[in-house]
Amino acid sequence: MLAYLGKRLFATIPVMAVVAIFVFSMLRLTPGDPASIIAGAAATSQEIVEIRSRLGLDRPIVAQFFVWVGNLLSGDFGESFFFKKQVAELIVDRIEPTLALALTTMLLSIAIAVPMGVIAAYKQGTWIDRLVMGFSVLGFSVPVFVIGYILIFVFAIELNWLPVQGYQPLAEGFWGFLERLILPSLTLSVIYVALIARITRTSVLEVLGEDYIRTARAKGLTNYTVLMRHALRNAAVPIVTVIGLGIALLIGGVVVTESVFSIPGLGRLTVDAVLARDYPTVQAVILLFSAVYVLLNLAVDILYTFLDPRIRY
Amino acid sequence: MSARNPLRFLSLLALFSSAALTLSAALPAVAQTTLRAVMHSDLKIVDPIWTTAYIVRNHGYMVYDTLFATDASGQIKPQMVDKYDLSPDKLTYTMTLREGLLWHDGKPVTAEDCVASIKRWGAKDATGQKMMSFVKDLQAVDAKTFRIVLNAPTGLVLTALGKPSSAVPFMMPKRVAETNPNEQISDFTGSGPFVFKRDEWKPGDKAVYVKFDKYKPRAEPASGLAGGKVVKVDRVEWKAIADQQTAVNALLAGEIDYIEAPKHDLLPVMRKDPNIKLVDWNPLGNQYAFRYNTTAKPFDNVKIREALLYAFNQEDFLQAVIGDKQYYKECKALFVCGTPLASTKGMDGRLESNFQRAQALLKEGGYDGTPIVLMHSTDLDVLTNLAPVAKSLMERAGFKVDMQSMDWQSVVARRAKKDAPTQGGWHAFLTSWVSADILNPVSTAFLNSSCDKALFGWPCDTELEKLRDDFARATDPAQQKAIAEAVQVRFTQYPTHVHLGQWYQPGASRKNVDGYVTAPVPVFWNVTKTGR
Repeated sequence: MLAYLGKRLFATIPVMAVVAIFVFSMLRLTPGDPASIIAGAAATSQEIVEIRSRLGLDRPIVAQFFVWVGNLLSGDFGESFFFKKQVAELIVDRIEPTLALALTTMLLSIAIAVPMGVIAAYKQGTWIDRLVMGFSVLGFSVPVFVIGYILIFVFAIELNWLPVQGYQPLAEGFWGFLERLILPSLTLSVIYVALIARITRTSVLEVLGEDYIRTARAKGLTNYTVLMRHALRNAAVPIVTVIGLGIALLIGGVVVTESVFSIPGLGRLTVDAVLARDYPTVQAVILLFSAVYVLLNLAVDILYTFLDPRIRY
Repeated sequence: MSARNPLRFLSLLALFSSAALTLSAALPAVAQTTLRAVMHSDLKIVDPIWTTAYIVRNHGYMVYDTLFATDASGQIKPQMVDKYDLSPDKLTYTMTLREGLLWHDGKPVTAEDCVASIKRWGAKDATGQKMMSFVKDLQAVDAKTFRIVLNAPTGLVLTALGKPSSAVPFMMPKRVAETNPNEQISDFTGSGPFVFKRDEWKPGDKAVYVKFDKYKPRAEPASGLAGGKVVKVDRVEWKAIADQQTAVNALLAGEIDYIEAPKHDLLPVMRKDPNIKLVDWNPLGNQYAFRYNTTAKPFDNVKIREALLYAFNQEDFLQAVIGDKQYYKECKALFVCGTPLASTKGMDGRLESNFQRAQALLKEGGYDGTPIVLMHSTDLDVLTNLAPVAKSLMERAGFKVDMQSMDWQSVVARRAKKDAPTQGGWHAFLTSWVSADILNPVSTAFLNSSCDKALFGWPCDTELEKLRDDFARATDPAQQKAIAEAVQVRFTQYPTHVHLGQWYQPGASRKNVDGYVTAPVPVFWNVTKTGR
């Protein structure tokens, strides 16, 4: 296992290198000039040239790339063109809201979706199954911002139970932190509940027809034990895969939800940075997202060995 | 256990959430008065001399003070300056600062600080550069007094030092003002009515200002950007809410107190709510403009540029973007209707969509059917619908138009390029100016016709430049008005842009917040907040 881990971690190096080259090149090929944006509406061409030179954007692209990679290897993500702050500082500021939102959404989604999927499989063909599947279709079909606005209208404007927007760091109080996460987490969880419930239903249905399930029933085990201990555990591999990808997607930026609920997370930082052509920030967050994807995939692969002893690395 | 257990778990989760909400509601409220505002943009840069972005200008008015300021009637009044004197030969201004002015670090404001601040601003801002071209000497006389010695009389000194909009000559401590004007400052010490809380500033989330207890306001009541800047709240938070609908929802729910620039189509929603009022904080409003690239064929030909002065009409543009007549006004005056230099001289018959006249001018100018590359900004609500209207009117006049859609930042980057329009350059785009920036021929950046030194579009006309220079030298208001009219007439013969009407942006506020100052810039002194 350790050898496998080492091999996989080593394999992330070329992946990250390819991502770095790709992101760097794409940004330079995208229309738009940070110097013009920084200079503002009343700037002359000369001022724009001066700013471009100060930012190092007048140097050959290859030279810019090696300067960036050199700094990166020494742990320096650079300074944002716009915010007069270190990119690492910007990311640290934004990572807590993103992680909090991702984790609460996933916990909520798993808590709702897995039982829903199991019940739908167990009650296959009944109205419960159709209800769960109907909800799944709805969850996939309704845009996230529509769900967000409806929840805001009902729970924040009409009932005045929860805040419309914003984020409060955990350090400033647990209840303030939690109440601001409820609506965005609910909004985001709709699509993940739909996704995980469908995958769970399909996976559980596949194993419910297996011989060992019949054996378990023949042994006189309760429905709960059969479903949870025998069916769900054996159906868990695809479910865990989807959950892993879901977490990566959530950390990678849930821009619409962050905008609708005004949560200062990594998704909005990325969009703001892209719109402002803030190259150092965009490069750093994309690299971070790539690292998250790679590491979560690795974590999911390792988890397989615990869920299914037949899998060996 | 049965399969119903998941439901039990969900019930527990709901119970837990309810308990959390109840406990949260029971927490004590913060005692100090905090005003929460959503501005038109997030504060990303905090040096108001380094950039002309309006949000940074707004930040400047919170943190810094000015030597002079424009009052509600458009007059320039002393602000940090206690008294000033102009020598009989009109060549020497002597200015003395008010007593008791302090920086946020507690040190006194000195004349040397002001001299350094004027120099930094004068090196960066176009109006400042013009003013500095008249300055022979600028130096501190003593701790409270400084002197500006001119090489020729000009009426520009007070106008420039009291200009209301970007870039505003904000005063900074000498150590800060000595920063290279092309570098951002990193010390945000001001002497204005609010202190910027750098430690709480999170771009993309919020910017925080607290009342500067030692600020000494003038005795006069607040008027425009002049008068007493009396702060009546303890803290102002600028919340960055990117989504307009969310900002409006937050205002309706009482989570924020003020939105600087709500979308026009959301105004009816707020007008219906008994707790919300609309605030007309900027009666001068804004002006739309169509900018030509005068270096690119066929717009290097004045006849072809002039054709657009006849092809366009303002109503079509204003209706397409703003829609509600309450918030726009057709105005042929280049220097904004309702201001001292407003005039319609030379504008007869223009901006009335006279297509026959436009077609005749195209023929006269020898237009060969070259497609006009029109940049269409798609991501700013107040600009999006302008380019399609321009395209339609231009086509009716006989132009071929290649409208290219892109985000605003791509427009900003591309407009700086002098390449041929078919090779990444451009012919035209549309934008909007805050009226306070275009009140005279010197401050109107689009009139700058100094060729390569002019703004993108690079008009090149010695006559227009001479008139602008004459305006800078004029000291008598009647003379200034006559020159401004001459500039407008010359503008019709050598169009640098087309002005497409004025529009107004009301703010929206909770009714328990009052005392908003009417000015071209949203400011937060004099504002009171009662209750929640």
